[in-house]
Amino acid sequence: MFRAAVRLSVSGVRSITRTQPGCQALLASRGYSHGKQETDEEFDARWVTYFNKSDIDAWELRKGMNTLIGYDLVPEPKIVEAALKACRRLNDLASAIRILEAVKDKAGPHKDIYPYLIQELKPTLEELGISTPEELGIDKV
Amino acid sequence: MLATTALRLLGKRAISTSVCLRGGHGVAKIEAYTLPAYFDRRENPLPDICYVQDLSVEQVSLKEKEQGSWAALSNEEKVALYRISFKQSFAEMGEATAEWKTVIGGVLFVVGFTGLIVLWQRKFVFGPVPHTFDPEWKAKELQRMLDMRMNPVEGLSAKWDSENKQWKK
Repeated sequence: MFRAAVRLSVSGVRSITRTQPGCQALLASRGYSHGKQETDEEFDARWVTYFNKSDIDAWELRKGMNTLIGYDLVPEPKIVEAALKACRRLNDLASAIRILEAVKDKAGPHKDIYPYLIQELKPTLEELGISTPEELGIDKV
Repeated sequence: MLATTALRLLGKRAISTSVCLRGGHGVAKIEAYTLPAYFDRRENPLPDICYVQDLSVEQVSLKEKEQGSWAALSNEEKVALYRISFKQSFAEMGEATAEWKTVIGGVLFVVGFTGLIVLWQRKFVFGPVPHTFDPEWKAKELQRMLDMRMNPVEGLSAKWDSENKQWKK
């Protein structure tokens, strides 16, 4: 839904990595005009699976997040939810707050995306005890 | 042995290359620029290393508390944990700095200094201008240009009133 509105072209920049066992989520998705295009649902499912890995390590979380932020889209709430749960497994609250800041920043001028995202994430935020940057006052200088 | 001690002293920073002993000289010194660095960028929200590498005693105990329920942390503790991992928040990253004043000031200073050099050059380096710049010579040049009707349509000679021997009003 967000990507239909925000994504300018399907052939956006994608990270190109070697496929390795355990890193299948980082499969190259190149911008060819021919060939099968990944649907939005497939994209979301791939990223949710990536962050849902039970023994995800800190590097994989960082790599996944930095790659995801590199895309020309705002991640769906379910992807952010999976990432926040990964932070919980890694006992990293700071990264969880950082992720929320990053997706707010990704929305750019579209100010209505972030409140929607927080609304959808409310159950997860309450369950895990993550405060939003606004609650902590670090969204202001 | 020496290598592992050196590695342990470097703390949490990850070392990607394997340490090797080289020709009996021991372990090569690991330069700081070869290790992962911290930087605040919007496009790279989670840097490779935490901002604060050496934790104080309170910070260590806070990290212990982080292992438990996050709902039990106060807002100040959460902000403290954030500040351990990160230097600037996104809001602080995007803040306008006063750097432009330094840049403009520096540019003007350099331009001024260049001006001083030019003035000094004119006084001490360059010799006198050629004699063809004398006013009498220039007058003769102008007369010659008018005599040969240089640029008679739109230029020099067009502005000269040859009957009255003066510039056209």
